[in-house]
Amino acid sequence: MMQLFRKDRMWTPRPLKSRYDVVIIGAGVHGLATAYYLTKLGITDIAVLDKSYIGAGASARSTAILRANYITAEGIPFFRESLKLYETLSQDLDFNLMFDQMGRLDLGHTDSAVYGLRVRAEFNQMLGVDSSIIGPDEIKDLVPAINLRTGQTLPIMAALYHPPAGTIRHDAVVWAYGRGADHGGAQIHPFTEVTGFLRDGNRVTGVQTPVGPIHAGTVLSATAGWSSTIAAMLGIKIPIVTHPLQAMVTEPLKPFIDKTLSSANLHVYVYQTDRGEVVIGGGVDPYPSYSHRSTLHQMQDLAAHVLEMLPCLREVKVMRQWTGLCDMSPDYAPIMGPLDGIEGFYMTAGWGTWGFKAGPIGGKSMAEFIVTGKTPDLIKHFGLDRFRTGRLVNERAAAPAAAIH
Amino acid sequence: MAFLIPCPNCGERGVTEFRFGGEVNPRPAPSASSDEWTSYFYRRGNTSGLQTEWWYHRYGCRKWFLAKRDTTTNQVTETRWP
Repeated sequence: MMQLFRKDRMWTPRPLKSRYDVVIIGAGVHGLATAYYLTKLGITDIAVLDKSYIGAGASARSTAILRANYITAEGIPFFRESLKLYETLSQDLDFNLMFDQMGRLDLGHTDSAVYGLRVRAEFNQMLGVDSSIIGPDEIKDLVPAINLRTGQTLPIMAALYHPPAGTIRHDAVVWAYGRGADHGGAQIHPFTEVTGFLRDGNRVTGVQTPVGPIHAGTVLSATAGWSSTIAAMLGIKIPIVTHPLQAMVTEPLKPFIDKTLSSANLHVYVYQTDRGEVVIGGGVDPYPSYSHRSTLHQMQDLAAHVLEMLPCLREVKVMRQWTGLCDMSPDYAPIMGPLDGIEGFYMTAGWGTWGFKAGPIGGKSMAEFIVTGKTPDLIKHFGLDRFRTGRLVNERAAAPAAAIH
Repeated sequence: MAFLIPCPNCGERGVTEFRFGGEVNPRPAPSASSDEWTSYFYRRGNTSGLQTEWWYHRYGCRKWFLAKRDTTTNQVTETRWP
């Protein structure tokens, strides 16, 4: 009973020191997961800095869908490992993350879309991810509310069914990683904005903040949509463009769908939360911006498109709409590792519309990278140098929300 | 957020009439180094603040022009012909 009144703080405010082994910029899922896994590897002298509160950026604005049904031989194992970590994360972090593996359908309305889904099914099965192609009858069985659009334009011809996909309470993931990192010895400093870098030639030796310089053995930037502004402080341009992505949520309804649905042809994805609200997400805005304000135009688009799929929502009211910033990379794959010619500095970026799914494995991989100084096998294809050598990872077909940018 | 763009030909119109054409990024000479071409293809300033960029009036006069926009507020302060 006493446990109802939590005596242990989630994390403890501590005075900022002038030096740490590792300074992480960005207290979102990637920054805090990296800090947590670093403490597991024995590095405990860590500061995680954020210009706002914990999980204020893209982590808080994600629509919290988890899946691993990607298309490339590089992307699938990476997201498969992330989903595996998510499966036991509630136990590992001792925090109820409300993970619900409800399953997911990626709908195909044209021959070319179905071809793409078939390729994904084949690659997924080969690489140990449970997904397969199902036809309209099975789709209707799984989601009785769906309009198959038989005889209409863009009829639903098939779907990629991915049973282990699901949703999770995204804020709780951030808080739980924060608590885990704090209990492991890391310090979390919200409202401490990095304004520049301390440098010794090509080596980054720390960061500049409004409360003074902080020296560091290694600095990691995990700032998603703001990655270009961090790189600019080092005088480097990176292959990232920041696009806003908008989503909205309806008033709560009785449970009527228990799958996440996504349609690349209709530019919309949708699922019902445990509270009964229907989350509707869409494409990124077709121009870059750092503004968090949402638009009526996008709300109309999302509403029109979701009604093509679920006409039963037509009288339902929209309750909230919001925007998150996505750091879009040219090949829809992450960029993880050092920047050309800079020592003591790592970046984890290019998280676009798929970053939340990758939080655990992204953090674990960067922690391993920082400790060993060697690129972990799982992320060896995600280095920045791939743009110089032309070895891009084309993940576009598996990121339907993003494909408009 | 949605915003208005003053097309140099048609005047102020909603952003949905336009297509974004990328930040200004001059094409290198054919003899340029491979690193310069990598920059041209992939590296972007992605400025948080004032940025000069290409826009195309898709549902209007169908002309390309340059706009100066603050990416934090989406305020377009200046448009002109290239």
